[in-house]
Amino acid sequence: MKIAVLVKQVPDTETKIKTKADGSGIEADGVKYIVGPYDENAIEEAIKTKEKNAGSEVTVISLGPVRSVEAIRTALAMGCDKAIHIDDENSNPDAYVTAKALAKVIADKGFEIVFTGKQAIDQDNSQVTQQVAEFLGWPQVMLVEKLEIAGGKATATRRVSGGKEVYEVPLPAIFGCEKGLNTPRYASLPGIMKAKTKPVETLKLSAEKGDAQPKVVLSNFRLPPEKAPGRMIAGDAAAQVKELVRALREEAKVI
Amino acid sequence: MEPNSPFTPEHELFRKTVRDFAEKDLLPHKEKWEQERGFPKEVFKKAGDLGILGVCFPEEVGGSAGDWWFKVVFCEEIIRCKMAGLAMDLMVQADISTPIISYLGTEEQKREFLIPALKGDKIAALGITEPGCGSDVANITTRAETQGDDYVISGAKTYITNGGRADFITLAVRTGGPGYQGISLVTFPTDTKGFAVGKKLEKLGNHSSDTALLFFENCRIPRRYVIGEENMGFVYIMKNFQGERLVAAVTSIAGSELTLGETVRYCQERKAFGKRIIDYQVWQHKFAELATQIEAGKRLNYHAVSLFQAGIECSKEVSMAKLFACDLAQRVAYDCLQAHGGAGYMEEYDLARFARDIRLMTIGGGSSEIMKEIIVKKMKWTR
Repeated sequence: MKIAVLVKQVPDTETKIKTKADGSGIEADGVKYIVGPYDENAIEEAIKTKEKNAGSEVTVISLGPVRSVEAIRTALAMGCDKAIHIDDENSNPDAYVTAKALAKVIADKGFEIVFTGKQAIDQDNSQVTQQVAEFLGWPQVMLVEKLEIAGGKATATRRVSGGKEVYEVPLPAIFGCEKGLNTPRYASLPGIMKAKTKPVETLKLSAEKGDAQPKVVLSNFRLPPEKAPGRMIAGDAAAQVKELVRALREEAKVI
Repeated sequence: MEPNSPFTPEHELFRKTVRDFAEKDLLPHKEKWEQERGFPKEVFKKAGDLGILGVCFPEEVGGSAGDWWFKVVFCEEIIRCKMAGLAMDLMVQADISTPIISYLGTEEQKREFLIPALKGDKIAALGITEPGCGSDVANITTRAETQGDDYVISGAKTYITNGGRADFITLAVRTGGPGYQGISLVTFPTDTKGFAVGKKLEKLGNHSSDTALLFFENCRIPRRYVIGEENMGFVYIMKNFQGERLVAAVTSIAGSELTLGETVRYCQERKAFGKRIIDYQVWQHKFAELATQIEAGKRLNYHAVSLFQAGIECSKEVSMAKLFACDLAQRVAYDCLQAHGGAGYMEEYDLARFARDIRLMTIGGGSSEIMKEIIVKKMKWTR
């Protein structure tokens, strides 16, 4: 089975994000990058699928600037076999252009099943998986928590509010993976050593996106306003309640 | 990344692996495993699967043939499990009991002992210290009599890490006359008749570690289990110590750095007499001093590691690194506990455990006094 997993390199959740003075983006200095946390679940599921289907191969694909190769190396160290880096030539494309290019590469290479994280945690769009499916004319299931593959079909369980939905889809198909699907393995040292020699093919976004033009242009970045510190209300319970109600009505104006 | 850093992207990937292993798989169990005075055997297996036990060993025996900087990464991150005892048990497995088998062992010894140890399938211990001698290795009395093709071993070993559940011991025995020229190292399977674990020893710290007193009564093993040449054991033991001492030095600095960082954070929150502890100059200066010494210790360690990695004789630098790092860690533990006040003395903070665990570092793997003896000799003074 030809398996692909789409990963995005994103800022570490522990990084303190600063915006550029002119609001054109985030300050790259001092940002530590990691593989998207949901993408790690996608990598794990791709490798597990390979292990269950003899003769399979996993290709990790990442679209992004040159530094994305670090994320690719992590995926290769975890056990992916080879990689494609689609260099975005620092164009920071929107979900539409990204999905167009990814769909083309997936079709060109003839993948039979594709895994993604349910969303990247940088811009939290959660758009690319569904759009790739649309452009390929494939079924897609998002928020997958359980997956079984047999006889050219996949049975995917996804979380919905108040319950679960079970989908049966023919392959090829694309799956947006959720945290609970599996526990991503750590890269073993032998895996890290082997990753050094695994092939990474580089493509250019300008060549893969065709004539797609972005539908969304990011015009300004701002941090959310800082939270004001809490205020302690003194007095006995009755006085506290009275003061709290007054503050909620007159100062916060929420009741 | 700083210029001329010895760490490549592969080292950083391995750093993440060890950190995740320490923080996600081990740290959550710290109270339980410390109280139970041990941890499940599966930890060895998991470490083996991740390649943590075979970092610098050749690929033929299941290692990853990594350079010594991978070992540094391992030491710097494994301490995040906050159980020095568990970390020590893994190091005894990977750095203390097994390298000598890789250098000098026969194919049979590698197959029987080394390969399963690096996989985490067999647990290894190093048996040198005896009830009657510790640092004074040349005077061990556990005797191996030659009888035909066998050795018959009688004696006792104590303070043996992993001793209570080791599958084999890299064991120092007296095969010849008195003094350092009569000592051999052998691979000793613990299912040998006449072998007994006396008792698990209670210790000041390293509670998650298994430390035992061992007895040997007419234990018969084949003579082909000798490691390298007969009566050359003392030399092998002294060579083996270099890696062990570097591991101790790097671990001490990493533990100090982590503890100082956590203490500074604590002092940013804790208030006394209307201001934060960190706002007192006395503590600011104390922390600046410790941070400076930690940085100096780290650079001395890295210098010793580069020499060791390059195969240059560096017993002086290794001894200096261990002496400095392990002594400094005592001061870090004392000052950081003091900065915590009463909280530092309470079991619910990591500091109490760190303070008692770190005490071993100036004793194990060659005491600070022995380090000074080696440094003096290497300085070629006339005495």
